[in-house]
Amino acid sequence: MNQLQKHALQVRKNILKQIYCAQSGHPGGSLSGADILTCLYFEEMDISAENVDTTDRDRFVLSKGHASPLLYAVLCEKGFISQEELKGFRQIDSKLQGHPNMNYVSGVDMSTGSLGQGISCAVGMALANKLDNNDHRIYCLLGDGESEEGEVWEACMAASHYKLDNLCLILDYNHLQIDGNIADVIGPEPFQSKFEAFGFHTVEIDGHNFDEIKKAFEEARKVKGQPTVIIAHTIKGKGVSFMENNYAWHGSAPNTEQYEQAMKELDGE
Amino acid sequence: MVNNMATATREAYGKALAQLVKENENVVVLDADLTKSTKTIDAKNACPQRHFNMGIAEGNMMAVAAGLAASGKVVYASSFAMFAAGRAFEQIRNSICYPKLNVKVCATHAGISVGEDGASHQSVEDLAIMRSIPNMKVFQPCDARETQEVIQKIAKIDGPCYVRLGRLGVEDVYDENYTWEYGKGNVLKEGSRVAIVATGLMVQESLKALELLEGIEPTLINISTIKPIDKDLIIETAKKHEVIFTVEEHNVIGGLGSAVSEVLSPLGLPVKHYSIGLEDTFGRSGKPKDLLAYYHLDAQGIAQKIKETIK
Repeated sequence: MNQLQKHALQVRKNILKQIYCAQSGHPGGSLSGADILTCLYFEEMDISAENVDTTDRDRFVLSKGHASPLLYAVLCEKGFISQEELKGFRQIDSKLQGHPNMNYVSGVDMSTGSLGQGISCAVGMALANKLDNNDHRIYCLLGDGESEEGEVWEACMAASHYKLDNLCLILDYNHLQIDGNIADVIGPEPFQSKFEAFGFHTVEIDGHNFDEIKKAFEEARKVKGQPTVIIAHTIKGKGVSFMENNYAWHGSAPNTEQYEQAMKELDGE
Repeated sequence: MVNNMATATREAYGKALAQLVKENENVVVLDADLTKSTKTIDAKNACPQRHFNMGIAEGNMMAVAAGLAASGKVVYASSFAMFAAGRAFEQIRNSICYPKLNVKVCATHAGISVGEDGASHQSVEDLAIMRSIPNMKVFQPCDARETQEVIQKIAKIDGPCYVRLGRLGVEDVYDENYTWEYGKGNVLKEGSRVAIVATGLMVQESLKALELLEGIEPTLINISTIKPIDKDLIIETAKKHEVIFTVEEHNVIGGLGSAVSEVLSPLGLPVKHYSIGLEDTFGRSGKPKDLLAYYHLDAQGIAQKIKETIK
């Protein structure tokens, strides 16, 4: 197992731990984005203990804010949140709110939760970097179901109009939303041609393949004059057999037996 | 010196913002395809590189403003009150106010004095909506000088602000020596028994109403900070008077009248408080002056309501 795989494994365990302790939260869409965010925080972004509270670094917006356990899990693996703090997720005395609050947690770059807004905020951050001649990049993880919000496309229009090549979206294309398959709920597909029509450079990858994720980030960095979207094909609940591709695990917590089984599976037992 | 030139608060906003954007390089201006109406065109002309047109997409504009503010910018974002406070309510609530970001929502064309465009464009709810969001501060200047002061000074207030501006020209209430103070009401005339507490365009109409209220000699107070409201002045006024009339170009539900009654109701003072405003109704098309008369929000209407109530 390489270093990234080790980090991703711990990130998945951190996700499940939070949701199990809280008996509340969103495991499916947190697990689907785990490899993308692990790669982003351990290979791509220049975030560190020294620069975490500044804008003098790459920043990340979790537009699909309900995947907060994923963000907290990665920030914990990076050392910004303790294992003890993870246990407080969604509890009354915790800074780990159900959806991320930028004023509570060092390393959370934007408060999100209401779908469609985070991507607009990321556009604003990318615009600010352009104004300031700040070469750092803005990353934003978007849900496939989230793309049903009209604001997502308003934001895309603005991003390409202002040629925000410092903005990199990642679409967590796991095909499922709360009420079922995205194609059955309202049908936001096709994505590639939609983003292209909105002026984006598009890259399509397997969102669980680290080499492909890394290469996509590299490619995005080289694109000039337009924003990039990485359309990452993922599996909702990835890593836990009974959660995979099952929309029932969008927003429900495992019981003790399920939690123990999930942790065993992740350890390859 | 007070002159009788009728300047709309949106015009004063445009000029003040153009000045501010030149002086403060941290200021960024956003608009949603209404630059000539909201007057942010002046700021665009003064500093084109820090003015961004976000197109007819107000929700996105407000969240983009949040992203800019999260990067250290002081953002002035404008549209009509209907679309700023109305359509983009939730972006203002979740992306700006919840993280307490430095965005100044400057909403023009508030109230029925929009005129001919009619009810779809006449926001009579925005004070209620904006006042109810935690972390939000709410302002409504009454004339050009006060607008200039408010626009300059809120740049130094940390966190979200909502400024309600009008389309209609309004005669000067103040001269260039007037200094606006955050959170403070301003007593324009000391009277007795009856007090008129007005905001925005209704300050000018109330000033004119005073001339029709000879023998009553009311006190007149301008409240330009709706939230946080000047509690001390409201309480002092309540103690010194028998009747308070609040006057606003807004629904009587949720605006200035509600803010004043929220201060007064726990105190059990003998003073009576009546709200003058839109009586829970939408506006309609017409000339602004005709609309003010139609809804009894011109000087005559205000004076008549006061006379009828206290007789």
